[in-house]
Amino acid sequence: MRGPLSDRMGAALLMAPLLLFLILAYAWPFLGVVKWSFTLPTPGLGQYHALLTDDLVQSVFIRTLRIAAIVTVVSVTAAYAITVVWVRGSPAQRVLAEFCILVPFWISVLTRAFGWVALLSNRGLINTWLQSIGFISEPLTLVRNEFGVIVGMSHFLIPFAVFPLASAMRSLDERVLLAARGLGSSRMRTFWTVFVPMTRSGIIGSALITFVFSLGFFVTPAILGGGRSVMIAELIYLRIFQSPDWGLGAAISVVLVVFVGALMALLFRYVKPKQLV
Amino acid sequence: MQQPGRAAEIKANGIGKSFGSFRALDNLTLDIGRGEFLTLLGPSGSGKTTFLMILAGFVQPSEGKLFSDGVDITNRPAEQRAAGMVFQGYALFPHMSVEQNIAFPLKVRKKSTSEIKNRVGEMIERVGLNGHEKKLPAQLSGGQQQRVALARALVFEPGVLLLDEPFSALDKSLRGQMQAEMKRLHQETGTTFVFVTHDQSEALALSSRVAIFNHGKLLQVGRPDEVYNRPTNRFVAEFLGEINMLPVKGVRPADNGATGLCEDRAVNMRCKAEAIKGDAILAIRPEDMSIAPEAFANQNGIAATAVASTYLGAATKLDLTTRQGAKVTVSVPNEVAAAALSKGNSVWLTWPAEKGFLLPDGGQ
Repeated sequence: MRGPLSDRMGAALLMAPLLLFLILAYAWPFLGVVKWSFTLPTPGLGQYHALLTDDLVQSVFIRTLRIAAIVTVVSVTAAYAITVVWVRGSPAQRVLAEFCILVPFWISVLTRAFGWVALLSNRGLINTWLQSIGFISEPLTLVRNEFGVIVGMSHFLIPFAVFPLASAMRSLDERVLLAARGLGSSRMRTFWTVFVPMTRSGIIGSALITFVFSLGFFVTPAILGGGRSVMIAELIYLRIFQSPDWGLGAAISVVLVVFVGALMALLFRYVKPKQLV
Repeated sequence: MQQPGRAAEIKANGIGKSFGSFRALDNLTLDIGRGEFLTLLGPSGSGKTTFLMILAGFVQPSEGKLFSDGVDITNRPAEQRAAGMVFQGYALFPHMSVEQNIAFPLKVRKKSTSEIKNRVGEMIERVGLNGHEKKLPAQLSGGQQQRVALARALVFEPGVLLLDEPFSALDKSLRGQMQAEMKRLHQETGTTFVFVTHDQSEALALSSRVAIFNHGKLLQVGRPDEVYNRPTNRFVAEFLGEINMLPVKGVRPADNGATGLCEDRAVNMRCKAEAIKGDAILAIRPEDMSIAPEAFANQNGIAATAVASTYLGAATKLDLTTRQGAKVTVSVPNEVAAAALSKGNSVWLTWPAEKGFLLPDGGQ
């Protein structure tokens, strides 16, 4: 698929500004963070040792992984259903699904987080409605805990989970599904034994993207977790800006970047970049 | 299409299908006999594939009825018809091994593990895929994939096997081999085969009957030799192979056949001329014409000049122009062609009275 040399040169030139920007605005400063992690407050591996022994850091890491895993399952499942409608539904259903996928992109993450607070808080819409129909007597704690964080994050990530799935479903050979039905398989059985396994690469891509995004979430857990459900990104923020412990904050950042980098490498073994958009 | 192991008899009654304003299939009535090998032949867009999809239950006809062994199945969903089907490009399950692909229709039917194992093993044996059981479709050659598709479609002993251009992706030598295998499978299973192709030689070689389609209409159905030697219209005549068309004037019935004037010479035809009177087209296959040095009385013949030849190995294809300017192609022995060309001028084109047939003049 490689074009002549001049084409590749042209493509490289067009991408150069982005690469330059990433190096200057991201990679270079990050090297500074790496340096802090080994030098602050004293040179050595002290901060990495602290990471392994500090109970708070460890519990935040474990919580982050747990929330990311749950959010991934919720988002990919919901996204799968939406994508089936988007790719295979009737024209009207497609338009509706497309609307549901695109609209969240136009609303800022902050607005959406506060929107969920309004819906989920003790005197929010959901609790007042459930009380008014007599379903519950005391309001449910739906926000400022892990549940609220999972709801808010899943809502944010579902649209991102849709694209790898849509790409996998679109490239699927329709005749294979016809063949399954022609051989006597019901629609349900065809879905589970043929359709889902054939979109496996999309599911893996979608799950990895959601998981990687979840690990770095800051605004949503900060607002919907109400300080009770701190995730890694918020912990880094606290270490750097509130308790001036730059060395530990930097060490956590480095671990997070390395971990995410490894996941991305795994992701691109299963999915081509163009399948993600 | 219902009891396994028994060939189905299918009746299509006035089947039509429109996609928007496009008429894909028009008023099709056709009986498909138990255990026959019927080929649906036609150019792309002729309606042959639409009819196959209607038989499979993937496309719902706009009008008409479909019967299988006397039962109306027009509204029966595809999964309950369970016709075996081989798709263009095979449509194997890419995530399943050869074995799993072939076992799929049996698993769907909730057969016991031991029965599945036996039947799959038998089928793998029958199509010669031993040693490939655990491979995925992507690891197989085109011919092997084709065999998996056939095995998967036949393993549950369907009453009818539908084949949609199954050989279009194979190279020529492999195609011949697979055709022979399919003929053998048809004889062994005794199942009704309905086969779609646009390749006329394939249709003539394989089928017990051929149904020729064009523009959504069924034009003619009959045994291969019938449709080849006695086409009822111009499209069928031309589609089934190269053919020469000569205008004849004043066609009228005569002793055991018909007679008329071709290039101002009286010609005799064995076919009946009841429907055709006056001006018509006389159609003769290139292999049925020969070259003679001079005209004989009581033999059909017209004068022509040889203009070009194509060497085909076993024979030579010779292009000629008649005195009145019609172009004719004949297939003749190599030395006859050479002699005709070296003479440079007039030769006689002759043909036996029983080989020419009449088609209505003009149109199709």
